[in-house]
Amino acid sequence: MSKILIRGAKVLGGDVQDVLINGETIAEVGTGLSAEGATVVEADGQILLPGLVDLHTHLREPGREDSETVLTGTRAAASGGYTAVFAMANTHPVADTAGVVEQVYRLGREHGYCDVQPIGAVTVGLEGKKLAELGAMHDSAAGVTVFSDDGKCVDDAVIMRRALEYVKAFGGVVAQHAQEPRLTEGAQMNEGVVSAELGLGGWPAVAEESIIARDVLLAEHVGSRVHICHLSTAGSVEIVRWAKSRGIDVTAEVTPHHLLLTDELVRSYDPVYKVNPPLRTEKDVLALREALADGTIDIVATDHAPHPHEDKDCEWAAAAMGMVGLETALSVVQQTMVETGLLDWAGVADRMSFAPARIGRAKGHGRPVSAGEPANLTLVDPAYRGVVDPADFASRSRNTPYEGRELPGRVTHTFLRGRATVVDGKLA
Amino acid sequence: MMRHLISAADLTRDDAVQILDTAEEMARVADRPIKKLPTLRGRTVCNLFFEDSTRTRISFEAAEKRLSADVINFAAKGSSVSKGESLKDTAQTLEAMGVDAVVIRHSASGAPYRLATSGWIDAPVINAGDGTHQHPTQALLDAFTMRRRLVGRDAGLGQDLAGKRITLVGDVLHSRVARSNVDLLHTLGAEVTLVAPPTLVPVGVETWPCDISYDLDSVLPKSDAVMMLRVQRERMNAAFFPTEREYSRRYGLDGERMAKMPEHAIVMHPGPMVRGMEITAEVADSDRCTVVEQVANGVSIRMAVLYLLLGGNDSATPARTEENK
Repeated sequence: MSKILIRGAKVLGGDVQDVLINGETIAEVGTGLSAEGATVVEADGQILLPGLVDLHTHLREPGREDSETVLTGTRAAASGGYTAVFAMANTHPVADTAGVVEQVYRLGREHGYCDVQPIGAVTVGLEGKKLAELGAMHDSAAGVTVFSDDGKCVDDAVIMRRALEYVKAFGGVVAQHAQEPRLTEGAQMNEGVVSAELGLGGWPAVAEESIIARDVLLAEHVGSRVHICHLSTAGSVEIVRWAKSRGIDVTAEVTPHHLLLTDELVRSYDPVYKVNPPLRTEKDVLALREALADGTIDIVATDHAPHPHEDKDCEWAAAAMGMVGLETALSVVQQTMVETGLLDWAGVADRMSFAPARIGRAKGHGRPVSAGEPANLTLVDPAYRGVVDPADFASRSRNTPYEGRELPGRVTHTFLRGRATVVDGKLA
Repeated sequence: MMRHLISAADLTRDDAVQILDTAEEMARVADRPIKKLPTLRGRTVCNLFFEDSTRTRISFEAAEKRLSADVINFAAKGSSVSKGESLKDTAQTLEAMGVDAVVIRHSASGAPYRLATSGWIDAPVINAGDGTHQHPTQALLDAFTMRRRLVGRDAGLGQDLAGKRITLVGDVLHSRVARSNVDLLHTLGAEVTLVAPPTLVPVGVETWPCDISYDLDSVLPKSDAVMMLRVQRERMNAAFFPTEREYSRRYGLDGERMAKMPEHAIVMHPGPMVRGMEITAEVADSDRCTVVEQVANGVSIRMAVLYLLLGGNDSATPARTEENK
C-alpha cells in the first residue's frame, strides 16, 4: 500500500493540516503527522479541496474523436483538478442506450485519469419525440442517474413532464438545456445592443427563461427534481430563486465563461466566443456571480465543448458553438468568485465538488476531507499567476476563449482514489 | 486613410468627406469620352462574391476597370466553395495568385472583418455587403447622392450633411443598408429617423444614434430625404407583418404620401425595388426619385474608395510595404 503525506495544506482554505493518504483512502487528517514510509507533497500555502466534479462535460467519444476522446478529455479533467466528470449524451451514436453509456463508463475506468459518469439521453436520438430507455441505462453497469438532451431542449411539455415523473422511480434527475427552439431559430449570439449592431441573429434571454419557468412549475406539479444546465441570464436567476423559495426541488449550474465573459467580445467576430447559450451582458454576469454566491445557483459546471480548429477558423455563422473549459474552470472561479470576495474556498469546494456530486449521485466523490473517505483530492496553488496558452492543454482541442489572458491559480496535484493523476502541475 | 473598408462606423467625418470629394473628381471621368484613369494599372482586384449580387458586383467591376485595374471575378456558385472549401482557403488561394485587394460580399455578418483581421491574408479588404451587418460603399453613395441633391455638386465639396433630416423606411432588422446609413449619416451630422413596423426594428436599437418612429405619415413632412428599404415578401410568412397589402398601406410610399414631403425632398432606394410593395411606380418614376443617380454615383464612390485605399494617398503605399516586410 502506497502512502502519500500532503503536508501543510489549508484544507478547504481553512486550518493548515497534514493529510495522510494510505492506498485509496484518507488515513488521517491532523497536524504533525509522521512522514514515515510516505511520499511527501509539500503543500505550504496551497489549498486542499475535495476532487472537483463536473456535471457537464462533452467528451465527444464515440463519434467525434477528432475533437476529444475519453482519454484526452479525462486527462484534461485531471489537469483541471477534476476526479469525476459527467459525460453528455450528444455523441454519435447518441448515448441513449445501455450499450453506449456502458462503453463510455468503461473507457473512463480503463484510462484511470478521472471517473466518467455517463449522462443518458432523455429522448431517442435527442429528437425530443420518444423517451429513451431511461431505466435500462440506470440499471446498466454505468448506473446512469442524470438524463439530458443537452445541445437540444426537451421542448415538448408532455415529454418533459413524463421524463421528470419517470426517473423518480430510481432517483434520477433531468438536466434541461433551456432553449425555446422557435425563439432561437437562426440565433447566433445574445439578442441585445451588440447583436443589433453586428447584424447577428439574436438569442433572446426569454427563450431560456420561459423554459425554466415552465419546467420548475412542471417539477412542482409532479413532485420531481429538475436540474437547469448552464443558466445564463439575470432573469433565469430570479425564476430559480422564486422556485426555491416555493420549495420546488430545482438545482442549477453556471459555466465559468458565463461568470467572466460578455457579449461585447463578439465584436471581434472571433468564433472562439461563440457558445450556446451565448455570452450575455455585464448585468447578467454580475447576477450569476451573486446567485452562485448565495446558493441560488448550486454549482459550477464547465460545459467543456471541444471542437477541431477548422470549426472555429472560419466566419462566425459557419462556426461551431462551444468552448473547452476543464483546464481553466478553477482559475476562472478563483478570479470571479474568490478574489472578488463573493465565495471562500469552502464555498468553492461546495459549488465544484460537494454539490455537483450530490446532484449527480456520484459515489465516492464530493466527500469531506476526513479519515476514511476516498482519497479524491485536488491541491491548488492560489498564488500562481499564468497566461493561458492552449498549447499546454491536455485536451485534444484548443478552442479556449482565454488564450493570452492572465488567470490566477494552478492545480498542482490531483489524486484519484489515492493515485496521483497530476503531480507538480503535470499529468502523471 | 484606413487600410480596409469594413464598416461605415469606422469612418471619421473627415475620411467620409474626403471620399465624397474624391468621388466628385471621379465622376468627372465619367463625363469624358474615354472613361479611364491609369491609377491602378498593374494592380489586381478580386471581386469575391459569396452571395449573388449582380448590381453591386458590376458596379465594383466598372469602378475597377475605370481605374485600369486587372479584375478577377470570383462567384461562389459553381466554384470550390460549393464543394466545401472554407473562406480562409479561398482567400489564401486568391492571394497566392497575387491579388492586391479583395472586394468581398458574404451572407455571413462579419465575414469581411474576419478576412481583414484574422491574419489569413495581407491584402486590403473592401466590404461589399455582409449579412445583415454593413454595406459601407452603399452608405457612401447614398450620402454622395444626398449631398449633391441637397447641398449642391460644387457647393457640397468639403461639406458634410449637417442638419439634414433623413428618413429610412422599411425592414431595418434585416438591412445592412440601414445600419451603414445610420452610422455614416450620423457621422456626417445628419438627423436620422428610422420608420418601420416594430417587428422589423432590432431589439437593442435604442443605442443607435437615430430616432425611431412607427408612423410614416408624421415623419414625411420633416424629411429632406426619404429612403425606402427593400422588404422581402417572404417576411410575412415569419409573422413580421400580416400581408403585403397591409405593409404597403402602412409603410409604402405612394404619390399621396410623397405629396406630404417638402418640395425639395428626394426619394431614394438602394435597389432592387419591389414596386407595389414599398414603393409605387408613380413614386419610383418621378423626378424626385434618385434611384438611377444612385447607381451612377455608386461607380464614382467605389472608384474613390479603391483609389484612396490602393494608391491615391501617397503615404498609404510605403506604409503598406513596411507592414509586409
